[in-house]
Amino acid sequence: MTKIEIIIENCNKCQRCVKTCPFGYISFTNESLVIDENCTYCSACVGVCKNKAILITRKEKKDFSRHRGVLVFGEQREGKVADVVYELIGKGRELADKVKEDLYCVLVGNEVEDSAYELITYGVDKVYLFNDTSLAKFKEDTYTALITDLVEEIKPSIFLIGATAIGRSLAPRIAVRLKTGLTADCTELDIDAEKKLLVQTRPAFGGNVMATIICPNHRPQMATVRYKVMSKAEKKPNPEGEIIRKYVDQTIIRDRTKIMDFFKNNDGANITGAKIIVAGGKGLGRSDGFTLMKELAEALGGSVGASRAAVDEGWIPYANQVGLSGRTVRPKLYIACGISGAVQHLAGMQTSDVIVAINKDPEAPIFSVTDFGIVGDVYQVVPELIMELKKKASTENT
Amino acid sequence: MNIIVCIKQVPASTEIKIDPETGTLMREGTLSTVNPFDRYAIEEALRLKETYGGKVTVLSMGPPQAEYALKFAISMGCEHAVLLSDKTFAGADTLATSFTLACGIRKIGSFDIIICGVKTVDGDTAQVGPGLAEELEISNVCYVRKILKVNNGGVLVERMVDGGYETVNALLPCLMTISKETNEPRFPTLQGKIFSLNTGIKIWNSNDLNGHSGRYGLNGSPTQVIKVFPPRKRKKGTILTGTLSDKTKKLVEKLGELKLV
Repeated sequence: MTKIEIIIENCNKCQRCVKTCPFGYISFTNESLVIDENCTYCSACVGVCKNKAILITRKEKKDFSRHRGVLVFGEQREGKVADVVYELIGKGRELADKVKEDLYCVLVGNEVEDSAYELITYGVDKVYLFNDTSLAKFKEDTYTALITDLVEEIKPSIFLIGATAIGRSLAPRIAVRLKTGLTADCTELDIDAEKKLLVQTRPAFGGNVMATIICPNHRPQMATVRYKVMSKAEKKPNPEGEIIRKYVDQTIIRDRTKIMDFFKNNDGANITGAKIIVAGGKGLGRSDGFTLMKELAEALGGSVGASRAAVDEGWIPYANQVGLSGRTVRPKLYIACGISGAVQHLAGMQTSDVIVAINKDPEAPIFSVTDFGIVGDVYQVVPELIMELKKKASTENT
Repeated sequence: MNIIVCIKQVPASTEIKIDPETGTLMREGTLSTVNPFDRYAIEEALRLKETYGGKVTVLSMGPPQAEYALKFAISMGCEHAVLLSDKTFAGADTLATSFTLACGIRKIGSFDIIICGVKTVDGDTAQVGPGLAEELEISNVCYVRKILKVNNGGVLVERMVDGGYETVNALLPCLMTISKETNEPRFPTLQGKIFSLNTGIKIWNSNDLNGHSGRYGLNGSPTQVIKVFPPRKRKKGTILTGTLSDKTKKLVEKLGELKLV
C-alpha cells in the first residue's frame, strides 16, 4: 500500500506543503502537520519541501523486463494515414532510442499494404498489419479486439495513440480492456531511461495548469497525444524495417457499430489540422464578418475559426469553435479578429506558434498572448491586410 | 426505454492559477456546478424520453456534495438519481472511474442507452465515456452531434470526426457521448425544483456495489500525478503602430520574416 509520512525531525514548519496541496488535504493544527486520509499521494508537497520532511512510499514495483518497445497506432481512413501518426513515429523513435528499444506500428484497414511500406520508410522497425476487407471502416469493437490481442502478444512498454476523434474513442476502450493507465491529450512526452517510465505532461483545468503523470505499475504505458505538437518523423534513406502480416480472426469482427456515410465539412473547417487559422469573435458584430474572415483565410491559405460568442450568435457552425468547449488548435499562425480573449478561448489556442490579434480595445486580454497586435477596427484593418498580402504575393510571382 | 445519464460535479471555475514564485497552487473559493457538457447529455436524454417514452436515471460518482448536481438533473426532468460516494472511490483516475460507474450501472439494472457529456471541464480527458462502455461490454459512439432515430434495437446518429461527420448505426444497448452542438439544454423549472426537493437520491457506497475493492479510487488508478506547474507564459509581443497601412505593412513584413506568408 502507498503511504505518506511526515518526518518530524526534518520539518521546519514552513507550511509550503499546506499551500501547495492541490486538494487542500494538508493542514497545520496545534503546531503540527496533519494529512487528511483522502490524500491522493500526488507528491506535490514532496516537491516543494526543502527539508525532505515528507516521505511517500509506494507499492512494490512489478517486473516489466519483458515489456519492450514503443507501439504507435497507425490511424488511417480510406487508406490515408493520419498526419499525427508521423508525429508519433518521430516522438516514438526518440523515446525508443533513449532506451535502445524498437519502434512498432499497428496498421488496421483494407488495402493498406502501401501505407505499411510508407510507414517503414519513416524508420519504424516493425509494422504489424491487419489487412482485410472486413476492416475497411473504423469500428471500435473490432479495432479494440485486434489491437488488444496484439499488445498482449508483443508486450510493448509504451503505446501512443493520436488524440483524434478516432483515437480518443478507441484508446480508452483498449486501456480498460488491458486494465492499464491512459493519459489523455499529452503535449510533452519524455522517458526516464533508468526506470523506463514514460513521463507524460498535459494541460488540465482548461490549460491553466500543466500536470506531469506517470504509470509506474502497469504496462503498456498508454497516452493519447495532441496533434501538431510533436515534430514529424523524417524519411530514412535506407529503411530496414519489416512488415508482419497478422491473421484477422473473423470471429472477433463485430458489427455493433456501423459507419453508414461520411460527410466532409465543405467550408474547410478542419481547424484542428490547419497550419493557419483566422478566427472571428463577437467583435465582428454581424454574421457577414465571417465572409471577411474567409477572404483573409483564403489569402493566407488557412482555415476559419471562431470564438464561442460568435458560434452562440449563430454566425458560424460549432465545428469551427476554438476554445475550452470547442476544439484545441495549435497552428503555426493564429489571427484573432474581434476576439477579446476570454480564458476559455485562450485555453484552446495559446500554444499556437505565432499569435496575431486585431481588436478595437487596446485593453483586450487577447493582447497579453499575442506576438503582434493591431489596435483597430477589423473591418478597416483586415481588407487592408488582404491587399498587402496580395501585393506581396504578386511581387513574388513576378 | 431506460436511459442512464452519467454526470459529474466540477469546480465552477477552471481559473486555478499557480504562484510562479513558490510553485504553489492558488485555489480560489470556487463553487461547484454540473459539468457544462453534461447538461447537453441530460437534455438529450430527456428529449429521447419525451419522443420514445421511458425513464431517465442520472448517475454520478463523487463526494456527498455532488448531490447538488443530481438535484439539478432532477429539476431538469430526470426521475431517478444515484450517487456513488465512498472514501475508497476518491482519487480515481479514468480507469477506476469507469470501473466504479460500471458497478453502479450493473446495480441499477437494465438500460437501453447510456449518455455522457463529451468530456469534463476539469479533467478534460474524454476517456470515461468510452472506458465505461468497455467495462460494460457495450458499443459506444463518441462526439454525437445528432440522434436521428431509435428503432429496432438500434440507434442512428451523426458523430463528429476529423474533417467532417459520419452517420453511424449502433446496436442497443449503446453508450453515446453528446457534443454541445446537439441541443440547447433547458433550464430547471420551478415545478422541477420542487420535485427535486421531494425526490430522494440513492447513495451507494462500496458495500452496496459488487466490485473488487482494489479497483476503486486511488488503489485502482494506474496513473499518478507527480507534478503540477504553471504553463509556460507567452512573452508579451509588440503592438504595431502608425497609420493603418503602416500597421498592416509591418505585420506582413514580420510574418514574411517568419516565413508564415
